[in-house]
Amino acid sequence: MKKHIFLAFVMACLTFSMSARAQLVIEITSGADQLLPIAVVPFGYSGAEPLPEDVAGIVQSDLLRSGVFETIPRENMLSLPSSSQNVSYRDWRLLKADYVLVGSVTDNNNGTFRVSFELLNVLTQTRVGKREALDVRPSNFRDAAHYISDKVYQQLTGIRGAFSTRILYVTAEGDKGAPTYKLQVADADGYRPRVVVSSKEPILSPSWSSDGKKIAYVMFRNRRPSIFIQELATGKQERLTQFEGLNGAPAWSPDGKKLALVLSKDNNPEIYTLDIATRKLERMTNHYNIDTEPTWEPDGKGIIFTSDRGGSPQIYRVDVNSKNVERITFEGELNTRARLTPDGRYLVTVQKNNGDYHVALQDMNTGRVEILSQTYLDESPTIAPNGSMVMYATSERGKGILAVVSVDGLVKYKLPSADGDVREPAWSPYFN
Amino acid sequence: MSVSKLGKFAVVGLSAAWLAGCSTTATENDSAAMSEENGQAQAGSSDSTYAAGEGGSLNSVIVDDGAEGAAAAQMDQNSLDGVATVFYFDFDKSIVRPEAREALAKHAQYLIDNPDARIVLEGHADERGTREYNMALGERRAKAIMRYLTIQGVAASQIETVSFGEEVPVAFGHDSSSWQLNRRVEVRYE
Repeated sequence: MKKHIFLAFVMACLTFSMSARAQLVIEITSGADQLLPIAVVPFGYSGAEPLPEDVAGIVQSDLLRSGVFETIPRENMLSLPSSSQNVSYRDWRLLKADYVLVGSVTDNNNGTFRVSFELLNVLTQTRVGKREALDVRPSNFRDAAHYISDKVYQQLTGIRGAFSTRILYVTAEGDKGAPTYKLQVADADGYRPRVVVSSKEPILSPSWSSDGKKIAYVMFRNRRPSIFIQELATGKQERLTQFEGLNGAPAWSPDGKKLALVLSKDNNPEIYTLDIATRKLERMTNHYNIDTEPTWEPDGKGIIFTSDRGGSPQIYRVDVNSKNVERITFEGELNTRARLTPDGRYLVTVQKNNGDYHVALQDMNTGRVEILSQTYLDESPTIAPNGSMVMYATSERGKGILAVVSVDGLVKYKLPSADGDVREPAWSPYFN
Repeated sequence: MSVSKLGKFAVVGLSAAWLAGCSTTATENDSAAMSEENGQAQAGSSDSTYAAGEGGSLNSVIVDDGAEGAAAAQMDQNSLDGVATVFYFDFDKSIVRPEAREALAKHAQYLIDNPDARIVLEGHADERGTREYNMALGERRAKAIMRYLTIQGVAASQIETVSFGEEVPVAFGHDSSSWQLNRRVEVRYE
């Protein structure tokens, strides 16, 4: 089944003072073949004031975007129950829904609202899991919706949902010759973008700490690159390196104590680790060719990186203790900018074949390689913390956009931005 | 950081509507207030940082309008009038082209005659390939020019290399002619 669903989210973001900022809009360009039919019924609400967000609508969009679900259109629904007590299962069997999500929103009259929800199995006519309730402020309806999406996804797939995660990305806006670079953080669905840093000089290579509280990135100042770390909650920023030459590609270690990074202070690009507390540098690689784009293995024992020591750039691994280096990729004209899935099972790279750059997925057990993306000038792949999706930067009509592809290659969608180039996505870890 | 710099920071409180409040998610906490350390970390920058709280909160903005690095003092460079300052490279290559040699020889002579002169070689790449790899490639090109100049007798201490990778193109097309213009090293006298 091929899908072309344009989800135009018409959300009254009245509570968000910054809502004038351009948001990413999701466009699903293809879907998986075996989809789980679910009805997400509009949540019941009897208050006088209109709600700032359509919670069920956000849940429906989340589930649709996951590529696992097929959602029953609202206009086809025969009844709109808001709790399991008033569900007529016959209505949902007729619509061929296997599951129904029902819920309600009630005003607590203290500035918060109670959002309740239940997931029901139409075939067995039983509830899946518990009925849950959340008390949220109006500004957190989207958080509540993503929480519900995570619950539904986990209940029905057994895999933890990643709807409550966030993405970092860089935009370049304005005059192409002198743009304004902005490092932004948004919900994983592109909503609620917020500027973290803005500069007239380039910003690149954003990276999350493993607890999701800090970020690292490269920013130029006075025409020279430095690595910065910054606390998201406070904005507190610290310049970590400003060596002569490259200061690039920071990657947080799984234990949060170190950054892997690239410095050329000793003449050519090498991978180092920097202990953030002690500022002690340790050199990981030693080769006269380019070594760059480090990323940690999930257990922190090895660092995966790009090197052209064999001629064309390919992916290598250096053992953090022994410093032994081994080559990992062998297919394609070149492979760069690798990332591992959280379980370490798959490696995604930017692979070049016949002049085209695409996101490739290599099974670390079998060595089998598949090309995941078919867009133009694909780069900067980043993986959702549940390992299900790969987001990457690509180019469409001369403009940088973000796109997402599932690890199985079946689901693809784009997140075009209203203005400016969007690049360098970095998917957050789980926040709890 | 000088006291006068502090005056350049405007700390602006934004809507409290961003404050977190979802009671079931443990990560959400009310956002911390902006501290002066933000300003200190910012000294002399042309960028601005914003707090983006974990719970979807954005409470403060620093706007720093201080500009760093006044324009380098202009020195007498009459002897370099009309001499090329941009040198181009082949795809994925960092070999100095033969046509660059004459201009580079003039830069070399100038630097030898003016031992106090300093240059920055700014290397660039085209948009193809990944960004950090292109940072390395841009540096390799700048180093290639540097090597050419030092072989001519220029002191290495007069030369700094910086790479901008693919971040600062001068041509904005997505075709071979734009890519050629972007694969370059620019000579900048400090």
